[in-house]
Amino acid sequence: MADAHDTTDAPVYETDALIAKDIDAYLETHQHKTMLRFITCGSVDDGKSTLIGRLLYDSKMIFEDHLEALESDSRRVGTQGQEIDFALLVDGLAAEREQGITIDVAYRFFTTQKRKFIVADTPGHEQYTRNMVTGASTADLAVILVDARKGVLVQTRRHSYLAHLVGIRNVVLAVNKMDLVDYDQATFDAIVADYREFAKTIGIEDLTAIPISGFKGDNVTEPSGNTPWYAGPSLMEHLETVKLSSDSDLVKPFRMPVQWVNRPNLDFRGFSGLISAGTVRPGDPVRIVPSGKTTNIARIVTLDGNLDEAQVGQSVTLTLADEVDCSRGSVIAAAEAPPETADQFEATIVWMADDAMLPGRSYWMKIGTQQVSASVQEPKYTVDVNSMDHMAAKTLNLNEIGVAELATERPIAFVPYRDEQDRVSPALGGFVLIDKMTNRTVAAGMLHFALRRSQNVHWQALDITREARADLKNQAPKVLWFTGLSGSGKSTIANLVEKRLHRMNRHSFLLDGDNVRHGLNRDLGFTDADRIENVRRVGEVARLMTDAGLIVITAFISPFRAERDMVRAMMEEGEFMEVFIDTPLSVAEKRDVKGLYAKARAGTLKNFTGIDSPYEAPENPEIRIDTTALSPEEAADLIVERLLGW
Amino acid sequence: MAKPLTHLQRLEAESIHIMREVAAEADNPVMLYSVGKDSAVMLHLAKKAFYPSPPPFPLMHVDTTWKFQAMYELRNRAAEDAGMDLIVHQNPEAKAQGINPFDHGPLHTDMWKTQGLKQALDKHGFDAAFGGARRDEEKSRAKERIFSFRTATHGWDPKDQRPELWNLYNTRKAKGESIRVFPISNWTELDIWQYIQLEGIEMVPLYFAEKRPVVERDGLLIMVDDDRFPLREGETPEMRSVRFRTLGCYPLTGAVESEASDLSGVIQEMLLTTTSERQGRAIDRDAGDASMEKKKQEGYF
Repeated sequence: MADAHDTTDAPVYETDALIAKDIDAYLETHQHKTMLRFITCGSVDDGKSTLIGRLLYDSKMIFEDHLEALESDSRRVGTQGQEIDFALLVDGLAAEREQGITIDVAYRFFTTQKRKFIVADTPGHEQYTRNMVTGASTADLAVILVDARKGVLVQTRRHSYLAHLVGIRNVVLAVNKMDLVDYDQATFDAIVADYREFAKTIGIEDLTAIPISGFKGDNVTEPSGNTPWYAGPSLMEHLETVKLSSDSDLVKPFRMPVQWVNRPNLDFRGFSGLISAGTVRPGDPVRIVPSGKTTNIARIVTLDGNLDEAQVGQSVTLTLADEVDCSRGSVIAAAEAPPETADQFEATIVWMADDAMLPGRSYWMKIGTQQVSASVQEPKYTVDVNSMDHMAAKTLNLNEIGVAELATERPIAFVPYRDEQDRVSPALGGFVLIDKMTNRTVAAGMLHFALRRSQNVHWQALDITREARADLKNQAPKVLWFTGLSGSGKSTIANLVEKRLHRMNRHSFLLDGDNVRHGLNRDLGFTDADRIENVRRVGEVARLMTDAGLIVITAFISPFRAERDMVRAMMEEGEFMEVFIDTPLSVAEKRDVKGLYAKARAGTLKNFTGIDSPYEAPENPEIRIDTTALSPEEAADLIVERLLGW
Repeated sequence: MAKPLTHLQRLEAESIHIMREVAAEADNPVMLYSVGKDSAVMLHLAKKAFYPSPPPFPLMHVDTTWKFQAMYELRNRAAEDAGMDLIVHQNPEAKAQGINPFDHGPLHTDMWKTQGLKQALDKHGFDAAFGGARRDEEKSRAKERIFSFRTATHGWDPKDQRPELWNLYNTRKAKGESIRVFPISNWTELDIWQYIQLEGIEMVPLYFAEKRPVVERDGLLIMVDDDRFPLREGETPEMRSVRFRTLGCYPLTGAVESEASDLSGVIQEMLLTTTSERQGRAIDRDAGDASMEKKKQEGYF
């Protein structure tokens, strides 16, 4: 490095003079800065951390004490010999500093005179697709790093695909380590041509390619004398001037998901939220989704006074001209262009949990400020993120991306994540799925469109209501949902309960696990997915029977809490009674009425609950029967008493 | 046509959104308040988030009894101005044992702050606690989520954090677990100061230079704030024009020599300065490099 462009000792953004001379003028400039969030992605060793360290360093965001530590660390554990190892600035956690890799999403900040930047540093290695998607979800721009010596790699394609998938509009191809290929133009051109060809196939039309050296500083903040053949902007110049994607959200119709109802006293009822698209003014006609009621905006209330106008990206409180039904989860939208509602969708899903997706299982879905139960069907296909090929699949595993149908328990307001004009709407199109047991965020998804059948299959209103049917039978419909291990005594006790009810002229029906599997569910086996579907169907049948006014008794192992809760949610409030037949495994196994435990222990019967498949005991059952303390007759008496409220 | 929002407007809107999510979804939230500048901004944002309602949660100060006097004065007034209940917790064991920063070193922080915070959260059953930490402060913070989960024993596992996508925050948790929520995660020190200036937020005067009695000890300028300060042989407090870049327990907080007596001056010095913010705190020096990460795994905020 012999020329004037070695920037190691001369940070480019020398604003010290202005700061020292006229701090108020400096602050005035900085008040009007905009903000750009971007991600850097690349393979291991492409030099991401070094580049970010360099950006921080050159924009003078590194303090002297950090720098001292950096210099000593560089000598101690650095990978750059005697030179400063900028990567050490960025790799935060002790664990990863030892391993020399970045293991999670880290956020970095720097400021120039024009913009504030938030960088999500995302890891390059294969098993962490979820972190990359996480970092990309809030980014306006992606810097895709390529090692000039290696060119476009499989990982480069994957990162580009993921960046495009989550809707990042601005892509920068940073061909790094140009110093190691003697700043050769032909090498750069070949890599760019190669990348462009690939980018087009996944839908990336616009991209800016820049030859850089994160290590030496070429074209990072200033144009480099080492690449006279390159006339474009430096990376920093590009980041400072690129058009913000949020600009296009301004022209979309107004939408605000309601977060919180603001009710300090009886005279004030406001709706607080973050505006997700468009602009709003007092007097604007709005529609509340999903209730469908229309009204007008009365005021835009803030601590700083009422506003004449508010726009996408602002957190405000709106009051409405009329008292309409509106609460957390509702969307206040421009009356002429409200979001649609539906309960069945096609979506792209990125699986983020170690446990694979269970088709049919009920997960919490969070979309905007709405939270609903939702279940995902078997994927139509998964995408190989390296080749972009579609592959058949039964489930989604960690870091897999697939397209699948998804159903919600009630209609939700939504906007397709990507519309026909290729505009992206994360606010009502992006969602996460949460496991109901572990509370982990297990997936991120993007809604494509509502399925026609959900819009075309309407509920037929019936003249004879469920109340009328129940009245005729002179009883309140109920579901007594027996759950417990195989051999715990469910069927025996359920049978006794039904006999007692029959004697008392109650109209009942006993759905027994074994019997249902001979007919309705004979196509189902004993995998986790089939067990879930088994329970779902029985739940639907039980619901129809309660509509008919019956007292339904079911006797199924139903080992998973999530599915029992799903059935509970299907029923009217108070109609579902979970009856836990609590028999210790050792006792049930000793009884072994059907000889199944012996087979399971011998290994000839797979997926047997209690042996090689889990049983999740109820936490708060309405009735718990301890079969080691009660006889079947005593248990049946107790259940009937509770059922009839004696 | 409206103009693009400035960076401070975007940060403000994001912080308010985060606070409202917590208010809507947590059972029993609380805002931790340390009286420092980050707390001051966080409290101001809370007022904005819920106006015209007062913030729907109490303010809580985990006190060590060793804060600067000026901090205690502002604390009580700030809570009242916001229309919020103020909870002050002092670890009774630390009190009984007379734990202090002079005799007990790292144990002081552990007992009063780390254990004190856990006690206070358990005592009131808070399931979500706002904290004013920022990601630019320290390396392990840069990787922490905005909604950061703690086990029933308040442990933090950096390897098992929930992914945060878009602005969707998963607030679900099991009984006994809690969330630390950092609504100003994405603010930098400069953002904080600029916002204080733009919004006219009241600050503890200690942030501004004034002649104060200090002694030089172990490379730090320590202010002799009350008569509990045991002077070593040869130490005589001298009046020097100093201010503080962060505020904590007065015996552990280093002052910097300064003439900056107003906000512009402070920001000017901050921008021209060459040492980072936490450098003035003895706490990060305890165990070398991974000190803060370790403290957090133990339950420090």
